[in-house]
Amino acid sequence: MSDPHPTPAPVDLPPYARLLGLIVEGTDDAGPAGRAPVLVMPFADAVLGRPGFLQGGAIAGLLEMAAIAALRAALSADGGGRIKPVDVSVDYMRGGRDHPTRATGIVTRLGTRVANVRAHAWQGDPDQPIASARMNYLVVRD
Amino acid sequence: MIAFDPARLVSTMSGHGRRLGLAYRAHGPDWAELELPWSPDLIGDPDRDVLASGPIVALMDVATSLGVWCRRGRFVAHATLDLRVDYLRPAAPGRAVVGRGECYRLTRQVSFVRGQAHDGDPDDPVAHVAGTFMNMTPQEPGR
Repeated sequence: MSDPHPTPAPVDLPPYARLLGLIVEGTDDAGPAGRAPVLVMPFADAVLGRPGFLQGGAIAGLLEMAAIAALRAALSADGGGRIKPVDVSVDYMRGGRDHPTRATGIVTRLGTRVANVRAHAWQGDPDQPIASARMNYLVVRD
Repeated sequence: MIAFDPARLVSTMSGHGRRLGLAYRAHGPDWAELELPWSPDLIGDPDRDVLASGPIVALMDVATSLGVWCRRGRFVAHATLDLRVDYLRPAAPGRAVVGRGECYRLTRQVSFVRGQAHDGDPDDPVAHVAGTFMNMTPQEPGR
């Protein structure tokens, strides 16, 4: 099920990202996310829900990893720090089919104590998202 | 009398739920309870050995889905419309997480659900969830 030329998940992606099979495809320079990486989740049995469709939790996991990657990049460019999740709200727009799923995050605000982050996931056309998430994090500055 | 058998569905589950090791614990007329065993594979924050949100969302997506089918009395294909999770505190490293999902309102097209997850003490939950599902076959009469 794996792409023959993937970039292996770097060490800073957590164990759950490996369970999802996530690959870092590069940074979404052109998009509004600035330097936020694009993560790719291959379609595989470990992320399946009802037959033929991705499981909602796996999609949420991908969105979370994309949000964290965007936030870590923004935070390291702004003095560094640690993050703690407060809440996540996931909207599912389309069923996740038998294709690779891509996701990227955008930090809508990075404050001294709180960060607001959005992430969206798509298959094929980024303008036809399959799911999006809004996440809030506590920030503990270094 | 409940026709739908959540224990059987969970034991025959494949895909992400099986990979996470979700196990049946209990159910009632409009709720179901599952267990997510601890695994280092599920860590989302290596600095603190804290579970990622994905496994918690998956646990609660399945637990609340089971709550819907328990209330309907049968399995009806549905799709998650939205799911919100509040992380009340990190789950303790090494502990299984128990998720209880309840369906508190059913309409022909939409099911409204809520639930909580804890790691040993139901009065000290790790997460609270609320969500909705769209019924995929709203025209299908009850069997």
